[in-house]
Amino acid sequence: MNSPMEKPLTERIEQNDGRVVDIDAYEGAGGYVAAREAVTAMTPEAVIELVKDANLRGRGGAGFPTGVKWGFIPQGDAAGPGPKYLICNADEMEPGTFKDRYLMTFDPHLLIEGMIIAAYAIGAERAFVFLRGEYFEPYRALERAIADARDRHYLGEGVFGGKFNLDLRLHSSAGRYICGEETALLNALEGKRAQPRLKPPFPPASGAWGRPTVVNNVETLCNVPAIVRLGADWFRGLGLTDDAGTKIYGVSGRVNNPGLWELPMGTTIREIIETHAGGMRDGYTLRGLLPGGASTDFLVPEEHLDLPMDYGSISAAGSRMGTGTMILMDDSICPVDISRNLQHFFAQESCGFCTPCREGLPWLEELLADIEAGRGTMEDIDTLETNAAFIGAPGNTFCLHAAGAIEPLQSALKYFREDFEAHVREGRCPYRKNEGNG
Amino acid sequence: MTENSAIGSVKSGVKSSGNNGAVTDLIETLSDSEVAEIEAECAHLPDRQSAAIDALMIVQKHRGWVSDQSLFAIARLLGMSAEALDAVATFYNRIYRRPVGRHVVMLCDSVSCYVMGADRLAEQVKAHLGVQFGETTPDDRFTLLPIPCLGACDHAPTMLVGEELIVDVQADRLDEIFAPFE
Repeated sequence: MNSPMEKPLTERIEQNDGRVVDIDAYEGAGGYVAAREAVTAMTPEAVIELVKDANLRGRGGAGFPTGVKWGFIPQGDAAGPGPKYLICNADEMEPGTFKDRYLMTFDPHLLIEGMIIAAYAIGAERAFVFLRGEYFEPYRALERAIADARDRHYLGEGVFGGKFNLDLRLHSSAGRYICGEETALLNALEGKRAQPRLKPPFPPASGAWGRPTVVNNVETLCNVPAIVRLGADWFRGLGLTDDAGTKIYGVSGRVNNPGLWELPMGTTIREIIETHAGGMRDGYTLRGLLPGGASTDFLVPEEHLDLPMDYGSISAAGSRMGTGTMILMDDSICPVDISRNLQHFFAQESCGFCTPCREGLPWLEELLADIEAGRGTMEDIDTLETNAAFIGAPGNTFCLHAAGAIEPLQSALKYFREDFEAHVREGRCPYRKNEGNG
Repeated sequence: MTENSAIGSVKSGVKSSGNNGAVTDLIETLSDSEVAEIEAECAHLPDRQSAAIDALMIVQKHRGWVSDQSLFAIARLLGMSAEALDAVATFYNRIYRRPVGRHVVMLCDSVSCYVMGADRLAEQVKAHLGVQFGETTPDDRFTLLPIPCLGACDHAPTMLVGEELIVDVQADRLDEIFAPFE
């Protein structure tokens, strides 16, 4: 492959006219060259150094440097007896996020190749794809792809004819948002309730069945083959800002062309919405956006459209890039009611282990429902604010579920406070002109 | 709420299995293929209890749901208590501890679909099927449930009917959408 690849994640799908890239098409486009190279000609340490050097950061939302995470895994005798595990977190369930479904459905071998390289780097001979249970199409695509890769000895005993073995299994989740939290995912994989574990220890020290484990997002792993093939410098050069590579950005809401686009990391929010998503539909004005899923703080068009979508810039603006798939709130949507919808989700998906999350989130949902129905008081708005700060404070709960729930609420109160107050003053929702206008 | 009712049903299950005597009979209530599939899962896991979720899903695949009797049988097969297994079963969205219709309709109620009118659509689907969320049509054809984000947000609103993802759902085409599902 001599062409300067600009879309390492989606180029093959585009060249295949949007059809599923099967193993022949994948190999025809240079697939499995990188994994073969890594497994047969590189040391695990060299692979880890390369991924560190490329500055690949986790695409599941947290943005942790991938190579650093891999480097935490004990190698050789230090790992103790028993298997090490690589888990692909494919439990895509962050509201507004639809990127991993696309990658797995249309280019499943890219994920498998990324997993072979990652597993080799950390010395894991057992791997799982922990897949969202409702993802039937990706399941069928991956099931087929894993079988095809096994037939060609890219998986199983003696990967690429060498000494490295990799048992890769597809696990369909029984379904809960909290399974996306990596230690909850491990409990689910072990057949238990998906309650997050106390950390430390982190999974690289003690993960699946108490063994060293790396959990990586689908998009993260899909970036690995091209890094091995084309190098760290090339990968870093793809990004427009300090963050490396490309990113699959998405837009949903009332735009002319909702969808996904693989673009250089650091593309501005304005370019994503106006150029790629085709701008707002006629008659609708953008009021706010959740930049990377339901658990990220609102940004507003008056201040944030020219921000690059990367980890640092969005954090500096008080939000998070999260999954990079943004949800747009137009001027027909009531900020109070969308907040109620968001808190309904988080309240329902709390695993119930920690009191502030289990009891607090339903209570916030109820307060929001009261305000939306015109039954709220100004004091209720203050109560929302105070308790949001308490429930979302780090350290008050085991995991970041409640903290994530609070992000869109605290920012809605900040940017759309006037709307909350209007509900109280008027004793009704000013947006509800027609019955059932959701 | 689901958990409370499920705990209640476990207690009644304890009673009936006690009356029936031998616990090995319980395992025999599972079919050979169910047991074989569960054993296949156990074979690649470090311990049998790790197969709890897989086992529940396997039995559900064969029977449509997980009855108290099935729950007790699976627990016995995996060497764990029925209470511990029910704690797992009731945690997850996709494990049904009550009978469901031939097709489960899951309507996305998360934020992208909400923005595109999911609340109104939910009312229209309920009216169309004549059931509320959590209910099954009298002919056992459909059970209606809400579901978080189905990951097709650029084609909101969305729903699943059985294993089929339906996107850009239009309320005036519900007849057409549901027709293929007998």
